[in-house]
Amino acid sequence: MLEFFQQIINGLTLGSIYALIAIGYTMVYGIIGMINFAHGEIYMISAYIGLLTITALTVQFGVEAVPLILLLTLTISILVTSAYGWAIERVAYRPLRGSPRLIPLISAIGMSIFLQNYVQIGQGARDLSMQPLISGGWRFGPAEGFQVYLSYMQVLIAVVTVVFMTALTLFIARSRLGRACRACSQDLTMTNLLGIDTNRVISLTFLLGAALAAVAGVLVSLYIGKINPFIGFEAGIKAFTAAVLGGIGSIPGAMLGGIILGLSESFASAYLRTEYKDVVAFSLLVLVLLFRPTGLLGKPEIEKV
Amino acid sequence: MPKHFSEAVWVALLAGLLTVPILGIQIQVEGINVSLIGSPLPVLLAMAAVFVARLLQAPLKAVSGLAHIIQRLPRPVHWSKAYRPILLGLVIVAAVIWPFTASRGSVDIATLALIYVMLGLGLNVVVGFAGLLDLGYVAFYAVGAYGYALLSMHLGLSFWECLPLCVIMAAITGCLLGFPVLRLRGDYLAIVTLGFGEIIRLLLNNLDDLTGGPDGIGNIPKPTLFGLEFARRPSTEGGTTFHQFFGLDYSGADTIIFLYLVALAMTLLILYVINRLIRMPVGRAWEALREDEIACRSLGLNPTTIKLSAFGFGASTAGFAGAFFAARQGFINPESFTFIESAIVLAIVVLGGMGSQIGVILAAVALTALPEVARQFAEYRMLIFGLVLVLMMIWRPQGLLPATRPRLELPARAEALR
Amino acid sequence: MNAVTAPITTLTERSLLQVRNLSMRFGGLLAVDNVHFDVHRHRIFAIIGPNGAGKTTVFNCIGGFYRPTSGQVLLDDQSIHGLPSHRIARLGLVRTFQNVRLFKNMTVVENLLISQHTQLETRFLHGLFKTPKYRRAEAEALERAAFWLEKVNLLPMANREAGNLAYGQQRRLEIARCMITQPKLLMLDEPAAGLNPQETRDLDRLINELRAEHGVAVLLIEHDMSLVMGVSDEILVMEYGRPIAAGAPEQIRNDPRVIKAYLGEE
Repeated sequence: MLEFFQQIINGLTLGSIYALIAIGYTMVYGIIGMINFAHGEIYMISAYIGLLTITALTVQFGVEAVPLILLLTLTISILVTSAYGWAIERVAYRPLRGSPRLIPLISAIGMSIFLQNYVQIGQGARDLSMQPLISGGWRFGPAEGFQVYLSYMQVLIAVVTVVFMTALTLFIARSRLGRACRACSQDLTMTNLLGIDTNRVISLTFLLGAALAAVAGVLVSLYIGKINPFIGFEAGIKAFTAAVLGGIGSIPGAMLGGIILGLSESFASAYLRTEYKDVVAFSLLVLVLLFRPTGLLGKPEIEKV
Repeated sequence: MPKHFSEAVWVALLAGLLTVPILGIQIQVEGINVSLIGSPLPVLLAMAAVFVARLLQAPLKAVSGLAHIIQRLPRPVHWSKAYRPILLGLVIVAAVIWPFTASRGSVDIATLALIYVMLGLGLNVVVGFAGLLDLGYVAFYAVGAYGYALLSMHLGLSFWECLPLCVIMAAITGCLLGFPVLRLRGDYLAIVTLGFGEIIRLLLNNLDDLTGGPDGIGNIPKPTLFGLEFARRPSTEGGTTFHQFFGLDYSGADTIIFLYLVALAMTLLILYVINRLIRMPVGRAWEALREDEIACRSLGLNPTTIKLSAFGFGASTAGFAGAFFAARQGFINPESFTFIESAIVLAIVVLGGMGSQIGVILAAVALTALPEVARQFAEYRMLIFGLVLVLMMIWRPQGLLPATRPRLELPARAEALR
Repeated sequence: MNAVTAPITTLTERSLLQVRNLSMRFGGLLAVDNVHFDVHRHRIFAIIGPNGAGKTTVFNCIGGFYRPTSGQVLLDDQSIHGLPSHRIARLGLVRTFQNVRLFKNMTVVENLLISQHTQLETRFLHGLFKTPKYRRAEAEALERAAFWLEKVNLLPMANREAGNLAYGQQRRLEIARCMITQPKLLMLDEPAAGLNPQETRDLDRLINELRAEHGVAVLLIEHDMSLVMGVSDEILVMEYGRPIAAGAPEQIRNDPRVIKAYLGEE
């Protein structure tokens, strides 16, 4: 039973990360109907920026206050990563607006391969690791036997995720730009006709998606403490799975999908073989697309004849 | 001009901001000491590249427009039609003679290029003709390769016996996977096939008893010439090798040339089949389906079976190439069947021009041969691949050599009926 | 096999298409509400009504492009309700589209070959080796295509790309593409839209010819009243998804409900 709780804790942690990345997929898909295949790479880049910033702050400038390091790292990583998100849209996707569906997808695949190798050239292909910034945690359960472990880092991930998700939800629901976003996801052409600069809204979407991926990237580099240029591909597919699972285009759906995926992976690695957790994730993706392509919270699309 | 210039400066500055953390700063670990080192040169190079690219964007566009005009000029149709068989014959003869005059290394690379030509031609049917984006294409390649390796290991079947079996296995796998997924819309289909590709790779990695896990399978026999082996000594008691049979001295080059010729023959076979298919009703149906699925349905065409035929054909081509790949390498492991491999084949199709066979052949040869020729750029190979995919989509989504589709014409006699 | 009791109108002759209590709901919108009609063999049946009355939705439900929320559709006494659209087409019910859907990058004659796909010799090995049987089948398909091109007056255009045809020609090609499948029932979605008066008169003649010479029944949606009144045997008027009147053209012309629907209250 205690082991079960442990898996729930691990699953929720993992799920928060997936949910943060999945938002980027779901928002972009909701507005321009495109799978931003390079989004996983954005997350990977943000993990590098996070790691470098933390190293710079601690080693180069000798900053010791953990909250300050966290705040600065998050800020810098969000800023630079959003700039990446913006630039990628501008270079690789905007010129393709209005072309058949597969064209931007192929461009995104190209972008993904490019970014992976670009980071590999800049930072090397090997794992980069770092000392944990925040260690320790609480233990629950009997003194001997299985104890549930909840690390401070896991709590931090949960808190940061909730804060950013709330901020995003409020932004989309309350702000003018958020309203423009919602209008665009209903009907891009119509919104454009009504005098809203849809290109700006699309840029904003990429920016927001990248910012949340940046949060995920920083949290992962703190939590796992080990990154390489290839983490984006897998995390990207899994976050996409989460987005599809929840219903692509739906922001609450992406959160829900992330949590479900995190939990199922964590249970799969505990009760099956660890190697099969990826198989579980991919199978989930395939099954959802086959049997419920609209996901849990998505709206069905009516084919226009 | 000054407007372009100042824009280029801004873009270069942005590029600088973006590249500083990735290209400009590295973490150095020495024992327990961690330090950061700066390397300004790559950042400056990247900024300069972006600056130049931005400045040249407008002139480049004009040039690509010019290329478009050239392409629209009327072609000497009658000439090319009449001489096509002769030209094709000459090319084939040259391709057969060439390995005897070339170095071992280049023949070997050419064999590899032919494998990619086969893969490219197969995927071209799926993506180019039928318009289905298959990102897990490498899975069927793996089925062919592991199929041959396992059949020869456990049942002792020869390459030539396994080849049709591998084709059938890959086709069956393709149909089994395709049947449920082909109902999906284009981009979902792409992701599901990607997922399948990954699942197959993970299974290859983890089903240790069957596939040898990450270590793979070794000692896969090479193809024989009517039972004659290409080896110094026969592997079985009483067997005969090629050089013994013909009373020649043993030469390692024989094997390489033979493998090349086998690959060439396989490629020509695929080319013939595809060229028949696209002129057959099924080929027209692929194209019609890509253009307008709803219209097809309204005329009684079953979209699922038509897509399945394209998907299954593509899969069987990959299985065909996979069996040869296993035989040529003599050793396979899951590393050869990653997503990147699918992406390379996709890049070949996209670069050559979706639906264009000559384009795909040239692109396959270029993308395999260039990295071998320019070895110092090997590190940048995938970087350039990615960039090529993006730039092609922006400038020439139809590829360098866009397809000219074979048209079935109503003969004049029928026209005279009226 | 007839599960639905035939209404009085069909006692004399079994009707070809029977639509029973057909309804289609999109979310909160009832786009088609309890539509009920019969199309008899060799008859021309028109559905008219203001824009947004649900006419095309009826077509999509009959043709299997939408799955109706409730109701029954029978073709030749056989239920086609819920069948996929390509199966329905093979049973002999084919249609044209409001905004012409040709294979624009293919030639005119290729468009006509595509629609013969289901009747053609498609066996793989025959095609692979170009056997005499395959060649003969191909030649016959071309003959049939030539016949229909002649019929719709497009023979000189045979080897042009379909997308390059004039609009009226595209409409005629779409009809030929349907007819070559030898359908029992041809459904035309606003065939006269975008045609000039001369072309509309030609269309009128063509529809009558198709019925007379090829024994096809026609179900059409149309706004052009001169065409509808001239060509149809029976008319159904729809408004807001509901049928409001049905009958022969002269009955419809004088029906006060129809006049109200078209001209508004006086």
